[in-house]
Amino acid sequence: MTTVSAPMLMDYDEAIETFDPAMGLEVHVELGTATKMFCGCPTTYGGEPNTQVCPVCLALPGAMPTVNRTAVEYAIRIGLALNCTIADWCRFARKNYFYPDMPKNFQTSQYDEPIAFNGYLDVELDDGSGETVRIEIERAHMEEDTGKSTHMGGRTGRIQGAEYSLLDYNRAGVPLVEIVTKPILGTRAAAPLVARSYVRALRDLLLSLEVSDVRMDQGSLRCDANLSLAPAGTTELGTRTETKNVNSLRSVERAVRHEIQRQGARLVAGERIVQETRHFDESTGTTSSGRSKETAEDYRYFPEPDLVPIAPDREWVEQIRGALPELPWVRRARLQADWGFSDLEMRDLVAADAVGLVEQTVAAGATAAEARSWWSAYLGQQAKTEGVALTELAITPAQLARVITLVNEGALTTKLARQVIDGVLAGDGEPDEVVAARGLAVVSDDGALQAAVDEALAAQPGVADKIRSGKVQAAGAIVGAVMKATKGQADAAKVRELVLRTLGVEG
Amino acid sequence: MTSPVAPPSSGADDLTRRTAADLAAAIASGEVSAVEVTQAHLDRIKAVDADVHAFLHVSGESALEQAQAVDRARAAGEPAASPLAGVPLALKDIVTQQGVPTTAGSRILEGWIPPYSATVTRKLLDAGVVIVGKTNLDEFAMGSSTENSAYGPTRNPWDLTRIPGGSGGGSAAALAAFEAPLAIGTDTGGSIRQPAAVTGTVGAKPTYGGVSRYGVIALASSLDQVGPCARTVLDTALLHEAIAGHDRLDSTSIEDFAPRVVDAVHRGTTDGVRGLRIGVVKELSGEGYQPGVLESFTTAVRTLQDAGAEIVEVSCPNFEYALATYYLILPSECSSNLARFDAMRYGLRVTTDAAGAALVSAEEVMSATRGQGFGAEVKRRIILGTYALSAGYYDAYYGSAQKVRTLIKRDFERAYARADVLISPASPVTAFPLGEKVDDPMAMYLNDLATIPGSLAGIPAMSVPSGLASDTGLPVGLQIMGPALGEERIYQVAAAFEAAYAAQHGGLVPDLAPELEVAAR
Ligand SMILES: [Zn+2]
Repeated sequence: MTTVSAPMLMDYDEAIETFDPAMGLEVHVELGTATKMFCGCPTTYGGEPNTQVCPVCLALPGAMPTVNRTAVEYAIRIGLALNCTIADWCRFARKNYFYPDMPKNFQTSQYDEPIAFNGYLDVELDDGSGETVRIEIERAHMEEDTGKSTHMGGRTGRIQGAEYSLLDYNRAGVPLVEIVTKPILGTRAAAPLVARSYVRALRDLLLSLEVSDVRMDQGSLRCDANLSLAPAGTTELGTRTETKNVNSLRSVERAVRHEIQRQGARLVAGERIVQETRHFDESTGTTSSGRSKETAEDYRYFPEPDLVPIAPDREWVEQIRGALPELPWVRRARLQADWGFSDLEMRDLVAADAVGLVEQTVAAGATAAEARSWWSAYLGQQAKTEGVALTELAITPAQLARVITLVNEGALTTKLARQVIDGVLAGDGEPDEVVAARGLAVVSDDGALQAAVDEALAAQPGVADKIRSGKVQAAGAIVGAVMKATKGQADAAKVRELVLRTLGVEG
Repeated sequence: MTSPVAPPSSGADDLTRRTAADLAAAIASGEVSAVEVTQAHLDRIKAVDADVHAFLHVSGESALEQAQAVDRARAAGEPAASPLAGVPLALKDIVTQQGVPTTAGSRILEGWIPPYSATVTRKLLDAGVVIVGKTNLDEFAMGSSTENSAYGPTRNPWDLTRIPGGSGGGSAAALAAFEAPLAIGTDTGGSIRQPAAVTGTVGAKPTYGGVSRYGVIALASSLDQVGPCARTVLDTALLHEAIAGHDRLDSTSIEDFAPRVVDAVHRGTTDGVRGLRIGVVKELSGEGYQPGVLESFTTAVRTLQDAGAEIVEVSCPNFEYALATYYLILPSECSSNLARFDAMRYGLRVTTDAAGAALVSAEEVMSATRGQGFGAEVKRRIILGTYALSAGYYDAYYGSAQKVRTLIKRDFERAYARADVLISPASPVTAFPLGEKVDDPMAMYLNDLATIPGSLAGIPAMSVPSGLASDTGLPVGLQIMGPALGEERIYQVAAAFEAAYAAQHGGLVPDLAPELEVAAR
């Protein structure tokens, strides 16, 4: 039904010379509360469909919402950490529109009275330059998630062409906080990097606040990127597009870059930009048109009459402020001092998104230097080869720490350790299981080695006699046989020593 | 029409003629069993409800089980669960009861069996009250005559050719027809008070937030309130105490508020209204009010004055805008509240178009289901509300209405500075003939002229019978309104008025209702 035209992209550098990008980023974070925003249902991810539901989140006739106090506390925590003003008094509103995965056919959200507003976040760029950009925060407001539709029978998984759809309301009513930036201007060529760095910094902040597990791959952190272009050097406002659900840091960067190139191409061709929602395709790195906002939906917002206003008392807010966990920038300075890393080393770790990984590896028993070396060198290469983020590699800090321990104990050489890591990455199990299954351990067991030595000597009695008679260099043949028998996993020097000792010869 | 002269009631031996307080005492003392009381009312329903049509569903089996539990507890020597243990009650079919069909008077919910009970329902069952069935109402409580029910109208027991009021016509008629001594209503703009007025029964709308709304199908969330209905003020007070109180499942329910309305009734019966200042609201009489209603009201004012009250006239100039304000706020909220009826999870699901072709998309199914499932009045209000909330109109309509609502609240505050309670007729007219106003929504809306201001202000208000209108011979209701949280005051005045009326007339209004022809069985 839709004709696919070849994607027209403008050269990036040329686009940036011609236009100034303006961005607005909206990040949805699912709060890690035990229960939903307006009812007592659990929020755990991955349950059997429609098992975490009740009259309230299914919108049965007569059911009414009540506000989850912990969710409000988390929202205030986020607001405070983003240097926002916390509202003395605010309300929920109803955002009315019909969609089957939204049980009430309205979303209970905050509209013109957010719980937190007017803040900022200082963001260190992820290019290792150490440069910092201040991102102004418009608002952080509370709302509820929708259920999940799965469209079946079509080729694309989208609703177009599907035969039927399945609805799972487990996610309906899970608390969300939406964090909206003010327009981000003047970033020029760095726009995609700034977008990525902001989302990374925000993610780190949210993680340290202990308000969410911020798993972009599970959708507990989702980013919508608004982008428009203005002729370079002007303050004109261009028509913006909203690219939805960009679900990894890398995708944030790619999506912004792609939109700059796409919009640039259209504008220089004399076409206009359609104000619309666009979908980002992870596999192609491109965006495609979703529903047009030309026939803008009228959400008929009005204050939610089923909920009394929220008026967080000042004492409570100050209590929350006083109990804020260590914020990422404070934590980073502390870790750098603890680990004794240089600014450059630390910056590289931040850029590689490896601070948390190193910290957890250290916590699991490795030294900071060992952890840094493995994550930034060998594992860094692996991530690059696979085209994924370090955190997406299928190895946990605890598993890496175990490998490091095995090396330190002499059970693995560095070369063997890499093979063990390869095994873990390939899904072959825990490091010890990989060692056992692939027979990768350094043979250091004296009993096993002794047996191999005895066997080799018995097999070559002539050579043994030669050695006994003082021709020590003949031991090489026996060592070679033992190394062969142990598939090269023995320490050759040790084998030689053992051979000589067995024959009562001084080395 | 001839004034119905009360035939002497069947007397104390007819259990259905007795008050709830009396029945509870008789059950507690062992004079009768709860099962006998319940059976008597089920028999009465069977005898008269084919004509009255107060009930959409009669829960005979579960009612008898509940009654048996009360009797068993008594036999085991346990104290009564409440002062109403074993007494039958009719539940408006907009309140959910687990396992019992709940329709809200709409096709769109036909056959829906709620998997949970409203807080009010749970409180009633915990109190040992026996729920005999679900009563008829205007669809989603939108109407003043019960003619908007998808399941046919209820008829007024005083005259079966007339309406019983609405939206809670079923609950009021069940009381007036002696099918139950207690009933639950909901009042958004007068749906408890106006039916009470036109059926000669008592109904109270508590302060907004006084009774939990959890499990009560919402019409307009900022206006809806559940309340007690009965034939006497004391019974109403007993039921009020059984259902009132904070509920953590309803965010708008008031904490730490448990009015002692039964005590207030006893105070009213013994001490009367001496020393109380009663305000007559100038704007709630005159144009639009039936002469017989005004006459009855004037007599009621005199009765209260004779009983020792100081009568003052108060003016509430913004009441003039109450109806317009109400018909912006209510449709706005209901357009959103009723959005959940979309065929996706429960209720009616229309899957073919008029020509029988299968509907493909969810949107088509939603649209067809709502098209067929909702009646004309519901659609009218959804359309009005959708329009009033639209971008560009919000400020002019919903926004302005909220401002006027504040002005109406201020009118009440000023009035309560001069008077302890306010009074007016509860309904501008007595029961009108079925069909008379069905095609004239504006005429229908005017029935709530006197009750809407109190709804907008969230104050407590009730209707007690003030006698029969001289022009129609039908019951007239006296509305008594108190300040927010002023339940005790209005019950005191209502009880004093009822006692004075009984002293003057030798009986109560409900007993004057003509005897219904009992269907052959
Ligand atoms: Zn739930």
